[in-house]
Amino acid sequence: MSTIVSLPDQTTATLPKRSYLNDGYGLKSWLLTGDHKRIAILYLISITFFFFIGAFFAGMVRLELLTPPNDLMAADTYNKMFTMHGIVMVFLFLVPSVPATIGNFVLPIMVGAKDLAFPKINLLSWYLYVAGGVMTLAALILGGVDTGWTFTTPLSTHYLNTHVITAGLAVFVAGFSSIFTGLNFIVTVHRMRAPGMTWFRLPLFVWSHYAASVLMVLGTPVLAITLVLVVLERLIGIGVFDPAKGGDPLLFQHLFWFYSHPAVYIMILPGMGVISEVISTFSRKRVFGYTAVAFSSVAIAVFAFFVWAHHMFIMGISNYSALVFSLLTMLVAVPSAIKIFNWAFTLYKGSITFETPMLYAFGFMGLFTIGGLTGVFLGSMGMDIHLTETYFIVAHFHFVMVGGMLMAFLSGIHFWWPKMTGRMYPEGLSKLAALVTFIGFNLTFFPQFILGYLGMPRRYAAYPPEFQVLNVLSTAGATVLGVGYLLPMLYLTWSLKYGKIAGPNPWQATGLEWQIQSPPLTTNFEETPLVDYEAYDYEWLANKTKHEVQTVG
Amino acid sequence: MDSQAIATHPEQEQAEHEHSPYLRHHFANLEQQKETSTFGMWLFLLTEIMFFGGLFTAYLIYRNWYYPAFVAGSHQLSIGLGAFNTAVLICSSFTMAMGVHAAEMRWRKPLVGWLLATLFLGCVFLGVKAIEYHEKWEKHHVPGLNFSAEGFTKLDPHYPEDKPLPLDMAEKTQVYFSLYFAMTGMHALHMVIGVSLLIILVVRAWGGAYTQGHMTTVENFGLYWHFVDIVWIFLFPLLYLISRHQ
Repeated sequence: MSTIVSLPDQTTATLPKRSYLNDGYGLKSWLLTGDHKRIAILYLISITFFFFIGAFFAGMVRLELLTPPNDLMAADTYNKMFTMHGIVMVFLFLVPSVPATIGNFVLPIMVGAKDLAFPKINLLSWYLYVAGGVMTLAALILGGVDTGWTFTTPLSTHYLNTHVITAGLAVFVAGFSSIFTGLNFIVTVHRMRAPGMTWFRLPLFVWSHYAASVLMVLGTPVLAITLVLVVLERLIGIGVFDPAKGGDPLLFQHLFWFYSHPAVYIMILPGMGVISEVISTFSRKRVFGYTAVAFSSVAIAVFAFFVWAHHMFIMGISNYSALVFSLLTMLVAVPSAIKIFNWAFTLYKGSITFETPMLYAFGFMGLFTIGGLTGVFLGSMGMDIHLTETYFIVAHFHFVMVGGMLMAFLSGIHFWWPKMTGRMYPEGLSKLAALVTFIGFNLTFFPQFILGYLGMPRRYAAYPPEFQVLNVLSTAGATVLGVGYLLPMLYLTWSLKYGKIAGPNPWQATGLEWQIQSPPLTTNFEETPLVDYEAYDYEWLANKTKHEVQTVG
Repeated sequence: MDSQAIATHPEQEQAEHEHSPYLRHHFANLEQQKETSTFGMWLFLLTEIMFFGGLFTAYLIYRNWYYPAFVAGSHQLSIGLGAFNTAVLICSSFTMAMGVHAAEMRWRKPLVGWLLATLFLGCVFLGVKAIEYHEKWEKHHVPGLNFSAEGFTKLDPHYPEDKPLPLDMAEKTQVYFSLYFAMTGMHALHMVIGVSLLIILVVRAWGGAYTQGHMTTVENFGLYWHFVDIVWIFLFPLLYLISRHQ
């Protein structure tokens, strides 16, 4: 049953006098901060910067594909464009997007802690991210990389004269930033929970971040050592992946995908956490099957490590191992489906309202389902051999990552924006942006499923003229999508000064982060909270708000 | 369930908050702080296991494929130097453990002494490693930079029962030496980091930083040092002792 909660009157809300935002001024108070909330803001600014860099490359790729011949740029340049798009978006945007910004900001507050377990390591992780980003930019300015984001050997080690070493080391460094974030989250969830905050009272956001952190901590080091070997092979010519010396390039694929498949769950799991919070809040109902949703995150994390070879069906692995990996791949669909169904049941008979975060969450549910199901197509071997290395893969991946993850990211940013800044975003404009994003997204990527099915390969600068109509649709969609992404950046910046004052709990949500002032104090809580209610308990919240006068101080 | 999950105790916070200068603001008490940092260290070591795990996987596969090349390559390593280094590292783990004990007992000078002994043994290990690397260079066993498979196609006088390798298998010794350098190199890099951290620890221990009841740093560094030691305990038999029974 859903509880009807009336939203608080925002006209009487005032900004608190003291908050983490005015606790110390000047560049130094930000760059040397140990406060998880300030580090989250630093991350937010830097990943937004890299998002638009990555988006620029995507735009260039779509522009080249507007016409069938290879006319806008040289084929080499095109290769660099899609490579830089992949590297920047995967390693500098998607992996840190939700965990390092929203997770960093709200996870410690959700568990009732004053900060993450290791504030200095948290800051170090941001500096490593920036170092990785600067090295990527260096590789870019020096002339770019054209290996594809996968650094495939022996192409990357023997046949290219581009800046593979710089880019590889950039990913290596950025990888450690993600390891440290994951480590910090795991330790925080284990050791920093407030009295009474049991594992099964944790918001599902925390569960999904916990699962993603396990993947970061166990997977990323394998990518790190793999990239070290690639760099050593290029630099001094050791022979671990070099067939001429007895090495096997397929081993590179195994090691790379051992990280990079779990990496897509690193990217999507935190997004699923956002969706759980948003769906519950705007249906005023406890998430249906809380325990199942919590454990499905853990199940995804476990299965994630046993499916990597589905990226290698056409690379000459044995039929039997392909068979096993194909079956295991289909198994991953089960916990993902558990989540989707449980969210749908949460909506059932809830008092649904359609605020912007909810619109994005609906976008996520639809697009992620399509992205996930096409993943099952690709997991079955026969289909995979037909569809792999075509635009079908590109569309599948973008449905999950852009349709899923980016929608979740925007949903979360809108949802917690009042908490982060103390001000509301403009509701009308943001609903328009959510709509524009959804339309632009479908226009961009749906035609790519058809293109892939018809056989258009990925990673080529030219294509036969009969594919032009669908490609023009896709490029037009990318333009609309670009507008959809620019809008939030503009109005969110605008709202910093002119947005309506939000008050502590504008959504009447139940998480601990909503029971404190917005923006929060540097120490988050005035006194350590004592948790005596379950997650998503709207009855508790209704009783609480009835008996208490909100003070802002 | 409930009582286990309670990580912080507000009552104790009141009592301990005032006195300990080591308590960081976001922990409720020193016990929680210590548990947290030790847990973090173990988790970091887990990531290290995965890091070396990639190399061990590669080793496992290639050793199965190119066993004769791995035997021939292994026979080129100096078992004496390797065994000596193993002994050095085991001793250094002992001195490190004694250092942690000294810190627990709040003995300042013994702590500095044990840490210096550990530092010395770490440097001995790296010195011996440098000698071994130099020897590999002289014998043209460095893949990519200075390599010749010629030696492996002839009979090895020290192992007269081994047949000389055919040319294609002799080439595969490059994979063995690639892994040898990657694995011992990554291990040596961890040793260099460990030795650098030890220098800082020695200086701060001299100033009395770890002998006033707050020694988590020494303890966690000890965990790191033992971990690097254990990696070597695996590397030594895998790289040096392949088919040495003749």
